[in-house]
Amino acid sequence: MTLKHKKPGGKASSAPLMGGKEESTIFEFSSPGRSSATFRETEIPPRNPSQTIPSYYLRDSQLEFPEVSERDLVAHFTRLTHRQFSVDLGAYPLGSCTMKYNPKLADAGSVIPQFANIHPLQPVSTIQGWLELMVTLENYFTEITGMAAATLQPAAGAQGELTGLLIMKAFHEHNKDERKNIIIPDSAHGTNPASVTLSGYTPITVKSNSRGLVDIDALKQLVDKDTAGIMLTNPNTIGLFEEEIVEIAKMVHDVGGLLYYDGANLNAIMGIVRPGDMGFDIVHSNLHKTFATPHGGGGPGSGPVAVSARLAEFLPGPRPTITGRDGTGNPVYGMETPAKSIGRIHSFHGNAMVFVRALAYMMYYGGKGLREVSEIAVLNANWLKKRLSENFPAAHDRVCMHEFVCTAAKLKKDSTVRALDVAKGLLEEGFHSPTVYFPLVVEEALMFEPTETESLQTLESIASAMDKIAEMAKTAEGRGELKSAPKVTPISRLDEARAARNLISTYDASLASTDN
Amino acid sequence: MSGFIPHTPNEVAEMLTFLGIESVDQLFETIPSAIRLSRDSLKLPDSKSEFDVLEELETLAAKNRALGPDFISFAGGGAYDHDIASAIKSLSTRSEFLTAYTPYQPEVAQGVLQALFEYQSLVSRLSGLEISNASLYDGASALVEAINLTVAQSKNGLVWISQGINPAYRQVVNTFANGTGHSIQEIPIRNGSTSWPVENPTLPGTIVIGYPNYLGLLEPMEQIISFAQANDIKLIFAYDPVSMALLRSPGELGADVAIAEGQSFGVGLNFGGPYVGLFSTREKYVRHLPGRLVGETVDSAGQTGYVTTLRTREQDIRREKASSNVCTNQTLIAITTAISMSWLGKSGIQELANRCYSGAEYLKDLLVRIDGVELYSSLPSVREFAVKTKMSSELLVDRMIEEGFLAGVPILEGFESSDVYGSLLVTVTEKRTRAQIDHYASTLERIIR
Ligand SMILES: Cc1ncc(COP(=O)(O)O)c(C=O)c1O
Repeated sequence: MTLKHKKPGGKASSAPLMGGKEESTIFEFSSPGRSSATFRETEIPPRNPSQTIPSYYLRDSQLEFPEVSERDLVAHFTRLTHRQFSVDLGAYPLGSCTMKYNPKLADAGSVIPQFANIHPLQPVSTIQGWLELMVTLENYFTEITGMAAATLQPAAGAQGELTGLLIMKAFHEHNKDERKNIIIPDSAHGTNPASVTLSGYTPITVKSNSRGLVDIDALKQLVDKDTAGIMLTNPNTIGLFEEEIVEIAKMVHDVGGLLYYDGANLNAIMGIVRPGDMGFDIVHSNLHKTFATPHGGGGPGSGPVAVSARLAEFLPGPRPTITGRDGTGNPVYGMETPAKSIGRIHSFHGNAMVFVRALAYMMYYGGKGLREVSEIAVLNANWLKKRLSENFPAAHDRVCMHEFVCTAAKLKKDSTVRALDVAKGLLEEGFHSPTVYFPLVVEEALMFEPTETESLQTLESIASAMDKIAEMAKTAEGRGELKSAPKVTPISRLDEARAARNLISTYDASLASTDN
Repeated sequence: MSGFIPHTPNEVAEMLTFLGIESVDQLFETIPSAIRLSRDSLKLPDSKSEFDVLEELETLAAKNRALGPDFISFAGGGAYDHDIASAIKSLSTRSEFLTAYTPYQPEVAQGVLQALFEYQSLVSRLSGLEISNASLYDGASALVEAINLTVAQSKNGLVWISQGINPAYRQVVNTFANGTGHSIQEIPIRNGSTSWPVENPTLPGTIVIGYPNYLGLLEPMEQIISFAQANDIKLIFAYDPVSMALLRSPGELGADVAIAEGQSFGVGLNFGGPYVGLFSTREKYVRHLPGRLVGETVDSAGQTGYVTTLRTREQDIRREKASSNVCTNQTLIAITTAISMSWLGKSGIQELANRCYSGAEYLKDLLVRIDGVELYSSLPSVREFAVKTKMSSELLVDRMIEEGFLAGVPILEGFESSDVYGSLLVTVTEKRTRAQIDHYASTLERIIR
């Protein structure tokens, strides 16, 4: 250890999960005739569906759902939770995912009955609170991003991207301006190119330079009158701020293109710099990242999209809006669809309960607090980057934003221990691993995003675990352990090739499989 | 530091020292100063305590009129007021499910992965199709993805979509078709059933059928199904999952893809979201499946475990050639529906469907006896049906609010040129008692008079 640093006082801990035996599927707990379900006494006379429904439609055998008691049901799913890591259990420095602590106050907000027990198609006179909440959240979001108007309909980041690209397309088409391409950096998240394809444009890749930023000269070659726009995240997926963003914006705007901001990395810049001020025309954000709404094991998220004034008329509809004033001058809310709207994105209004949580978070912090969030997120990332740098050098040795990418390339060369083994080794130590092998432009990438809610003590524990892994890689025994890690988790390394080769994606397929 | 930032001022100072800088501001020097904000430039209200935030939210919430004993719902249209057992609420809010990310490290994500495997198994039994993914955003997005799959697998991009599909889903399909370029043709509904233009010389590659349709009706389907099969047209069913306890599954009837909104299974109305899109297809299309798929495998010690599989379809690997752009889906809601389906069980799902059916038929009988109310169609229905009323359905709904009822959903947008335009869509769930239904019918009769 040559890097000098004072060990912080206090301890940090991470909770290991329950290991041991496998958990049977819910189907295997079935006993014929058993059930958890109970129903109200309604006094409605039961009818036989065959009285009105022709036999063509009627099924002839009962739907095979599990037959379990409520007690066994609760035990089964509770045991499953004991086999699941989560933010509530410990640090989760998964890069690009912003796994910060999800405040419980937001949980409390989201179960308020007058928010929850509302049918989405109720008349507007009965949903004034919801509409006011949505308008307020849209306003806060446009203020944070420096844009003019927003939609909350997209259910996640990827859907926000596609929504934004369709707005871009509608804008160009409205101007009778036929364009073909969207430029994206080689470090972009996979949803970016996939969304571009679905928008009907063609993605063109611009390479990164040796500093990990968009190569401006390469970009100059690509930007022309066929350029519909460019998609960037800033800071980019390497965790670096695109310093030449103002020039990039000018270059794209000069040919009539638009700038799309992938807001997955907004946690670095709240109250510090706004996409609108950088020159972006369209922004999506992941409320399930920056605004601390829980990720639910893979959703629900929410991917609101904000746009500059000239694009507002293309936003999806219907939108919540103030439609008038009541007798005492208070606003009355309604729903309206903008004149040139691209149309509807969601079955109803979006992942509404996520809005309540995100608004609670913004209200709790206020403008100054959100800036502090970003400051400490960036401080934590820089501290950890430096602390790890001896064994795991950063891909680009510069000040990073809220996350950084370091590499296990040298470790692999010296010891054959790969980024994947490092990730599994960290699981062994009770922490969630960083994102591995993303972005694709960094060899043996390990992408850490500690977030602002992890203490210095926790960062130190993660770093010590990483030190230990680097030490282990020096001995044959240690290398063996790393390559077969993790062992203390509920299950050890899984045979992913077998899962793909012999696909079993349901219990019925499992029963039918000859392999079992 | 404030809020959920644990750092003490001393610790911040220590960290700065370690980094060899004097202030946090120095970390932001790579950002051009011309665009940087000053310290308090964000125009948001000042920070508040947790208790003040909750009080403000409660004040806001009080401006809504929530469903409950004094505001009883007969509204459906894709979102249903079902009872939710306490056990389901308790399990689905467990923080290990709630605060986990997408299962990228399967060794520490067996809880979510196995729950999704069970979800997929249940959805496949509902739909009668072998492969179900780990969820999509909602019913509408599931339909968009279904069309993307079938168009890629069929001879052309022309899609016939029945007007009997939820009008919001049709709007969403049209929105996204502006990107993909698929040609979406809406086929009108008359007397409750779709007038498929089978004589048309240009045949589509895909047909989308509602089962039952948005108006709650079971349309004649035998002919259009055999027509599709004879002409190599792919069939998408948009089904109601609760009704599947009574009806033959889409798979059994010949669907290539079946999609549904899963909200009825343990998910609160929640003003329309988060809900969950159920998506199933045949095994032969599995390599074109949108979204995540969980598969069973073994670990190095031979124990059964679960991973996300066939990942090369997905955006993070296949990028612009991916089968879909979806990344984050609705996992927590999918798990909630799996818990709910398991709580219902084999007898419970049947009982639930029977109760919805019996309640709806009971109400139907009462309503048709009212002067000024007529059944829109005589086709069989399962749990929802449309009535024509002599008072405009919108006005009726407004007047019924004062009487403590959410009377139903007016059928307007998306049906402009249809014979059902202006009708009222009414549903009955297992939650409704005979007394409530009687009271609803008599109130409606009084108001309409
Ligand atoms: C940089 C980036 N862009 C886009 C996305 C997509 O967001 P979502 O998963 O909510 O669709 C993610 C998250 O996975 C991301 O990290």
